[in-house]
Amino acid sequence: MSAEDRREAPARHGLFGGGFMRAVEKPKDLRGTMRRMAAYLRPYRARLALMFSLTAAGAVMTTITPKITGLIITKLYHGAAAEVARAPGAAIDFNYILRALLLLAALFLGSALASFVVNRSMAVIAQRTVFRLRLDAGAKLDRLPLSYYDSRPHGEVMSRLTNDIDNIANTLQQGLAQLISSAVGIVGAVAMMLVISPLLTLLTIFTLPLSFGVTVLLAKRSRGYFKDQQRELGRLNGHVEEMYSGHRTVKVFGYEEKAVREFEEINGRLYRAGRMAQFVSGFIFPLMNFINNLGYVAVAVAGGVLVARKRLELGDVQAFIQYIRMFTQPVAQSAGVINSLQSAAASAERVFEILDEEEEPADAPGAAGPEAAEGRVVCEGVRFGYSPDVPVLEGLSIDVKPGQTVAIVGPTGAGKTTLVNLLMRFYDLQGGRITVDGRDVREFRRRDLRGLFGMVLQDTWLFNGTISENIAYGREGAAREEITAAAAAAHADHFIRALPDGYATRLGEEASNLSQGEKQLLTIARAVLADPPMLILDEATSSVDTRTEVLVQKAMKDLMKGRTSFVIAHRLSTIRDAAVILVMNEGRIIEKGDHASLMAAGGFYAEMYRTQFAGEPAA
Amino acid sequence: MLKLLRLLKPHRTAIAAVLGLLFLQAMADLSLPNLLADIVNNGIASGDVRYILRMGGLMVLIALFGIACSAAGNYLSSGVAFAFGRGLRARVFARVESFSPAEFDRAGTASLITRTTNDVTQVQQSVTLMLSMMVRAPIMCVGGIIMAAERDARLSLVFAAAVPALGLIIAAVMRYALPLFRLIQSRLDGLNLVLREKLSGIRVVRAFGREERERRRFEGASSELLDTSLELASVMAALGPAMMIVMNFTLIAVLWFGSLRVAAGGMRVGDVMAFTQYLMQILFALIMLSMLFIVIPRSQASADRINEVLETEPGIKDPEDPAPSPERRGLVEFRDVSFRYHGAERDAVSGVSFKAGPGELTAVIGGTGSGKSTLAGLVPRFYDAVSGSVLVDGADVRGLTQKDLRSRIGFVPQKATLFTGTVADNVRFGSDGLGEAAVREAAAVAQAEGFVSAMKDGFSSAVSQGGVNLSGGQKQRLAIARAVARKPDIYIFDDSFSALDFRTEAALRAALRKETGGSTVIMVAQRVTSVRDADRIVVLDEGRVAGIGRHRELLETCAVYREIAYSQLSREELE
Repeated sequence: MSAEDRREAPARHGLFGGGFMRAVEKPKDLRGTMRRMAAYLRPYRARLALMFSLTAAGAVMTTITPKITGLIITKLYHGAAAEVARAPGAAIDFNYILRALLLLAALFLGSALASFVVNRSMAVIAQRTVFRLRLDAGAKLDRLPLSYYDSRPHGEVMSRLTNDIDNIANTLQQGLAQLISSAVGIVGAVAMMLVISPLLTLLTIFTLPLSFGVTVLLAKRSRGYFKDQQRELGRLNGHVEEMYSGHRTVKVFGYEEKAVREFEEINGRLYRAGRMAQFVSGFIFPLMNFINNLGYVAVAVAGGVLVARKRLELGDVQAFIQYIRMFTQPVAQSAGVINSLQSAAASAERVFEILDEEEEPADAPGAAGPEAAEGRVVCEGVRFGYSPDVPVLEGLSIDVKPGQTVAIVGPTGAGKTTLVNLLMRFYDLQGGRITVDGRDVREFRRRDLRGLFGMVLQDTWLFNGTISENIAYGREGAAREEITAAAAAAHADHFIRALPDGYATRLGEEASNLSQGEKQLLTIARAVLADPPMLILDEATSSVDTRTEVLVQKAMKDLMKGRTSFVIAHRLSTIRDAAVILVMNEGRIIEKGDHASLMAAGGFYAEMYRTQFAGEPAA
Repeated sequence: MLKLLRLLKPHRTAIAAVLGLLFLQAMADLSLPNLLADIVNNGIASGDVRYILRMGGLMVLIALFGIACSAAGNYLSSGVAFAFGRGLRARVFARVESFSPAEFDRAGTASLITRTTNDVTQVQQSVTLMLSMMVRAPIMCVGGIIMAAERDARLSLVFAAAVPALGLIIAAVMRYALPLFRLIQSRLDGLNLVLREKLSGIRVVRAFGREERERRRFEGASSELLDTSLELASVMAALGPAMMIVMNFTLIAVLWFGSLRVAAGGMRVGDVMAFTQYLMQILFALIMLSMLFIVIPRSQASADRINEVLETEPGIKDPEDPAPSPERRGLVEFRDVSFRYHGAERDAVSGVSFKAGPGELTAVIGGTGSGKSTLAGLVPRFYDAVSGSVLVDGADVRGLTQKDLRSRIGFVPQKATLFTGTVADNVRFGSDGLGEAAVREAAAVAQAEGFVSAMKDGFSSAVSQGGVNLSGGQKQRLAIARAVARKPDIYIFDDSFSALDFRTEAALRAALRKETGGSTVIMVAQRVTSVRDADRIVVLDEGRVAGIGRHRELLETCAVYREIAYSQLSREELE
């Protein structure tokens, strides 16, 4: 795991998963985001409309059932009362009850079926929609300039393509249908209540605003605690991150006890804030239940009196009790649904942000592939900086003839990848031009231009796959013999064959089963297979064991033969043989020339050279 | 998960109280229908309004009792859940702090951070839910059946049939769904892997023009995730409706058999109404139970990761009865020391012997991967020798407490680590209560005073997390100042001048030479120019000592040293 992965920590909020009134991130432009999300759902609009009507139909069916239950109770009550009164011909009308029960069964089956179909369908719609969104975002990644990736942590981009999109899926899948069925349920319940008894409705409807009020009030009360909790959690995470990243330092300076003490302090504060936040927000369910019970009592008492006075049927009391529950429940849930909608909108916004990023300018029209390249590279008055006001290169001109070597030297972290970025057109120039074999690099298709260069960098990149797949990355559809030949040329054949599965050995995550030097040999083999006219190399300095280091050196030398090479060099022998030396410091090219002329100039290079030798700065 | 739940043991009285309170609350909720039945059976039939009102008053009291119970239960359960989270978090943190670098690196920093923070929070959240909604469902079922049986034992048989049916449905869905949940998790991991590779290798992908191939991999991972999600959704889609059907048909059964019982005179209408309402109560409790499906698989994965940490024993522990602390002199001795990393095929350090004493500069040089840093890490016991022994001031390091041992050492790692706080805090990191003058002095030796004074608030300037507001060279100098501030008997520099420019390095070495006069200095280096003045150079080659001596001697006697020297310097430079 790289350090960036921390940011992709699971942050999914299901409808319930997220606890229900935690501080939810709000989208900046809710309406715009909704509109764009709707556009994604457009292909399914007919199906969605059908599902929404089905949801509504199911909710209507559910709304009718209490009334029917009530009718049965009423019939039963009258029949029983008549029997007790020994009225002539009195009997419970089982025929009626049976018919009502059959109707009830049909409605229950109908609404269950509707909800099953809706659940399934919404899942399909939601998952397919986010699938498309994910592919669009994934494809977009290929069109973004390198500057996009260099300026933000990978974990953040990853999190948008995984967690955020997941979050959208959950909400689409459950939230939308639930919102509709809640709305229909509330309206239907109130309508039925009004039809049955306006008076009793009036006496019991107080629970509705009360539920709303309580939800809002508790949300407000708990916000402060949630904020505290969030803050302490942030502090705790920061502390953990620091102590863990500096683990060795912590140990060797005997700081563990203090680290634990500090941790316990923050942990204690987190506990206090957290339990209060949980208590206050967790109180919403008991309160809703209480309000519901109050409604229940109101119905029981008022209904009872009304029935006793023959102004209402007993079954209606039964129905009312269920209707009250039908609307307090959705109110309590809607807070969760709304939160989840909001957080999904914020997620969607982050995904759309990726889709809106400025893309790399398209290849020039008429840009063509290269003819057989010789490998002559000319820079004329090149001007470049990562931000316009901090120039890295200014008026750089070099002329590299086919087969020559350019060495780039300087202290570590001097920004030596800049040249790689420009040659490969990962970044575009701000002035001047670079030509390859006399043609401006902007006249090439990027793909073709990049195909002219072989790249062997220090941070070797291997992916999860077999060794031959990794080597074949250099050229699609390479034959097996070509792969082994390339490996042999890179002095890698030997160690590969010593592995348990040889060329079919799978590389684990981050290729942890190979040494750094072996990995480097594989990337050299990759470049050999690609057989490019020009090379960009990063000379190994570190993390290579001596024996492999010799092999890497040899492999690189072989590879460079006859190719124009740009070498990030650490070895004086390489540097002295180079046709051009570019000296970099603090991200800028400060000197340029061959070894003799640079020594004669007596600048940074000369001093570096001498101090490396003398160990002391030159007087 | 179950293993972690054992941590709830100290809270068992509180948990028992929570369960008791929830039971009382459930019974309160369930007795409302009873009173309603009384109203129907006794009040309405006789038109006794006063009776109805009296019962109504009683119901309000019961409702109040119910909310009091659930409020108290909620207060207790949130306390228990968060205390559980606090305890678990503290345990994980303390355990990780006790890890030696070996265990630490095996898990990885990022992963350990996630385990200490998010994973604990996830498990805590599921405990919160368990203590509130999940236990409510079975309590409600039991309470409902009790109430029903009391009212009419024969009709309550309907419940006795329905509840197991529901249990069966839930179990069946769990059986199908839980593996799918797990599969989804691994699909997500797969997607993350593809993305991570794509992002970290973005330059290579583009250099070789293989965007198309990466896109196919991404699409493949995405559609695998899609397929599994759809499969899971089709199972989960049935859960809600199936539960509703069972409960609703139970309702129909209650109405039908209830009617028959009423006709037979065994029950009254109010009792039937009460039955339907028990049913509703049970149903709503069960709907809450379905949260299980969302929370459990996720928490299970978190719990597994946490357990891994808690079950890892720190590889380096203090001896049970530590040797008496030897006099501080600064002697370091390697006696035929070998070390091998866990799972490695060959020794990283093999048969190394040498002595380093106070006032001496001992340099360790060798190609990368030759075991230099490993050697340096053996002194403060980042690792323990597999055979042979490392002695400090004449005592085997394994016989000393880590605290005692490390208090003798000033260690500067390859990669400087700074912490949030002020510059002075960072210098003071390993030496409690160091005065300002001493901080300044240490910084001066480390050539840090200049740039620190130039900062806006001098030594009180804030260092942000990881020291991102400082350059690599500045960080390295502060890390050196931190070691100097301890005034240790033994200095260990693990290739810690790499980010310094030549001028600064030279000045630093001169100042250090003065400061460290009476201390033992062990310096790991890559460059021959850095070690040529050392009193003793230990040349390592593939973990073995290839030669020990001074620069001149080694040039003549040690082939490996000569090779290193020639690769860095030209022949004439060496003469």
